[in-house]
Order: sequence, then C-alpha cells, then structure tokens
Amino acid sequence: MPENIIIPISPDSLLEEVLKMKNSECRLVQICSVRLEEGYELSYSFGKDYDLYNLRFTIGDDEEIPSITNIYPTAFLYENEIHDLFGVQIKMISVDYQGTLYRTDKKTPFK
Amino acid sequence: MSKRSIVPFGPHHPVLPEPIHLDLVLEDEKVVEAVPSIGFIHRGLEKLVEKKDFNEYVYVAERICGICSFMHGMGYCEAVEHVMGVEIPPRAKYLRTIWCEMSRLHSHLMWLGLLADAFGFESLFMQSWRMREKILDMFEASTGGRVIFSVNKIGGEMKDMDGDMLKGFLKILNEIEKELRELSKTFLDNKAVNSRLQGVGFLTKQQAHDLGTVGPFMRASGIDRDTRNMGYAAYSDIDFETITSNAGDSYARTEVRIKELFQSIDIIRQAVEKIPSGEIAVPVKGFPDGEYFMRVEQPRGEAVYYVKGNGTKFLDRVRVRTPTFANLPGMLETLKGSQLADVPILILTIDPCISCTER
Amino acid sequence: MKLLTFAKTELHNLFSKPATRLYPQEPRVYPERTRGHVENDMDVCVFCGLCSKKCPTGAIIVDRAAKTWSIKRFSCIQCGYCVASCPKKCISMRPDYTQPAGEKSTETFTQAPKDDQSAS
Repeated sequence: MPENIIIPISPDSLLEEVLKMKNSECRLVQICSVRLEEGYELSYSFGKDYDLYNLRFTIGDDEEIPSITNIYPTAFLYENEIHDLFGVQIKMISVDYQGTLYRTDKKTPFK
Repeated sequence: MSKRSIVPFGPHHPVLPEPIHLDLVLEDEKVVEAVPSIGFIHRGLEKLVEKKDFNEYVYVAERICGICSFMHGMGYCEAVEHVMGVEIPPRAKYLRTIWCEMSRLHSHLMWLGLLADAFGFESLFMQSWRMREKILDMFEASTGGRVIFSVNKIGGEMKDMDGDMLKGFLKILNEIEKELRELSKTFLDNKAVNSRLQGVGFLTKQQAHDLGTVGPFMRASGIDRDTRNMGYAAYSDIDFETITSNAGDSYARTEVRIKELFQSIDIIRQAVEKIPSGEIAVPVKGFPDGEYFMRVEQPRGEAVYYVKGNGTKFLDRVRVRTPTFANLPGMLETLKGSQLADVPILILTIDPCISCTER
Repeated sequence: MKLLTFAKTELHNLFSKPATRLYPQEPRVYPERTRGHVENDMDVCVFCGLCSKKCPTGAIIVDRAAKTWSIKRFSCIQCGYCVASCPKKCISMRPDYTQPAGEKSTETFTQAPKDDQSAS
C-alpha cells in the first residue's frame, strides 16, 4: 500500500518546505483546512507517484500565511477556497478573488 | 494591432450541463487568458457532516454528484473504514469493484455523448446515450436506483448480486461491447470528427504534471498513473494496465476514455469470474477517531477524501477534493491560444463535473 | 481516417425497433429492487420512532400516543435508511414511484385497534 505521510512543520517554514516538495518533483494534490476551537489546522498535500505527503501546521485565528502560488500556480483555487469558506487569511495569491470564488450568502460559512 | 475584448462564457451556455463561468480574454478570435468563477451551486455539503452522524453522512456523500454517486459514497466509506480499522468482507470488495466499473462505463458513455453534442453530431450523441441507458437499467436492477444507488454503508454493502443477475449483466455487457466497437470507429476514424479533435487543446506531459491534473485528462498527456493501482476495493486482485496516450490533444483524451470503456468491461468480467461467496458486510462498532486521506479513481480522475474523526458519532471534518477541481488549472492552460469556436470542446474534454467541484 | 463510418449504425437503426417506449400507453415495468416509495405495515409497527430519528430528511413523523405514522412523500429521498434500521422489519421499499402532485402533502396511516386489546 502506498505511503500516506503527515509531516508536521511550523507555519514560518511553509514556503521553504513547499519549495523542497517542488524540487523533488511532487505535484500539488490539495490544500485542506480544518476548523479547530481556536484557529485552523492546514494540510498541504503533495503527491509523488502514489505516495502522499501532507505538510501539517496550525495557525491562530488572525494569523496570516503566505501564498504558495509563486511555487505552485495551481494553488490559487485551493487558497481562494479556504479563504472564502474558512476565512483563512492568505497574502499575495496570484489570482485573488477577494472572497468571490464561492458566492455564499454568508461570508466564510465554514468558520 | 489586434483588439482585446472580454467575452463572458457561461454560467448558462448550451454546451455546459452545469454552471461554470469563464471570462475569456480574446485577441480577435484567439483566447489569451481565461479566468474561471465557480460557486453557483455551492451547497456546503462538507459542513453538513457536523449535523449528521457518520453513518448517515454516506447518503449525503452520495449526493455530492449524480454521476459519480457510487464512488463518492464508496470513497467516504473506505476512508471511514480506514480510520476505524474495519476490514470489509472480500465479496463486498468485489461488489464495489463491479459497481465502480459500471459507474465508469456510464460516465464515459455520457461524456462521449456530450462531446458528440458539443461538435454538433446529434445522432452520435443519441447512440452513446442509448448504450448508457442499458447500464442505468443494470444499476436499477441491482441497486434500486438509476442515479443515487444507496448500497454503500460503512462496513460493506447493503445489497448483493446473485449469480443469475451477474450472468445477465455480462450478457448485456457483451452486447454493449459490440455496439461500442462500432461506435468507436466514428469517434476515432471519422474525418469530420477528427478535424474537430486532433491538434486541439494541447497539453504537454510536463504541463500536465506541473498543473496537477488527474484522470484521463492527465493520462492522455502521457503520465502513467491510475489510482486504481493502489489496490483499494478488489483492484489488487484484478489484472489491468493503465491506459495512456502521448498525443496530449482532445483526440487523445477521447481515445483514452474509449479504451477505458473496453477496459472497464474487461474488469467487470474478471471480477464476476473471481467473486468469492460469503458475507457482504461486517458489523461496525464504536466511533471513528483519527484521520485518513483516501484516494479513489473516479471516472474523471483521482478524488481525495479526507476524514477526521474525534471519537464521537459526529466527524470533525470531511473534505472531498474532486477531480474536476484539480483539472481546472489544466483546462485554463489548454484554453490559452485556442480559437473561440473550440472553447466548448476544450471545456468538455476535461469532463467537467461542477456539482462535484463545489460540493 | 475514413468517411461514412456512421453509415452502418444508421442503416441498422433504420430497420430496427426504436429504443424508446411508447409511454404512457406502454407502462414502465420497474425491477423488483427499485426504490420507489416507503410503505409501513401498520399492523406490525410498534411506534418506536427509530425510523423518524434515523431519517436524514426528517420525512417520517411517528406519534406513539395517537398510533399514527406519517410520511412526507415529497421530502423522502428513498435512501432506505428507515428500512435498514426498523427493529420490527415492518417498513419496506416498494418499486412504484410517488405520483407527481401540485402540492406537497403528508400521508398519515393509523393503526387499527387490535382485537385482543379491545376485548380485554
């Protein structure tokens, strides 16, 4: 059975770790956010062949994280999604929808 | 100097079965950029997991989309089974495999019909859908539903297929295979059809990898990856080869999907031959505690089900990353540099499923 | 590349029966397993209310005191969860679909008083 590995990292080293993934020729599989009592738990999943590596870290409610769209341009959809649904603040997304990717009645419904 | 203009495409467009909006930036007739907007049918099904217990959520997961219904239910069940450490009986694994491949058959046949419709070949569309109808009848006879099957549960399946039913299905599949062979000639050899598909919407192997594409869209660009090889359900016991093509254009995507149809029929035959007898479900006790990323190969590509439980009957989080969501950036790439008249075909060749995408 | 690849299919279609049915003159015969509508055998029902608790859409209402069992036909999604969870196995799924209607309605079934109870 292929590997399904969770790698805990600190939020500050996100870009560094993502760059490592990029250099080892992984593809971006998904970005997932889980609402905790306070803050969010984020998983950035990368795939290589059939293995899945998940970078895992938690952030506070008001913490801002950098966008990885400079490294993986396709991340813009995932980042806008977690911004729109959870209210995770991400700076410098290459295509920033400013909260209009999901046109929900209520802002950040999953928060 | 050419003039730039923006043409809004969708959300309601004759070629689109579901609403997606694209802003196409055109230079004369040529597309230079496309910006998608989704979110017209967002239903918040992922949030609903906090209100429904984990057994009930199977019914919600199935309703994420009407085409991949079975696989959504199964992917969710397999994820929860992994978290809880439940091993389902071998017969249930084979039943899941058979229904999975039937789903692939009906989804690909539907897509072939929609493609034919997009390039204006109405009777080819009718032919594809006529074949699909037989698969839907098979679904109704075996599960009781044509669209929503409700046969999955955590710990196995709810309904069994007996020997006579499976034999009857094989007979129908033989007929379908014969008709399909005839129909594939039109898709793959016809001059008029080829002129619409060949050399349109090119995506290189490197691009397909970098843009994180999945499924037949990716395999048509020469990447050899099929999540079924991971061996969920009974796929580890079944002999099949990943189908790829190196051309990377719309024609290659059609070719890959048509070959996958024949492959699915073959997998069903193997599964019917090897299916063991016995129980179809095991009782499940306790509540899920833990997390798992489950990946299954849907007709449109790899889907990721993330389940996080906290030891109560309500799960903390279910996240579904659907294949269309991963394929959107790839589609935008193929749109760049294409003619406006080819845009409908290019959108269709990724086999978009917007209900899946927005959940 | 070829021309006239579709000719064989077209000729075949020209001389064969249509794939469609002359509905409603020729009614649709549903397979035995079709999940059409939910039925409750009122004589066996003990009004435990498990079906109404399990129903994902809240379509079933059970009144133990009045001995009635109601179902909102147009809320029911035919998932079969009530059938699977019924302890007396008196709820069953029948093949025919609910007929279309102008208004959403609730169907109520009442248990007939049992003979032995009325005698005692």
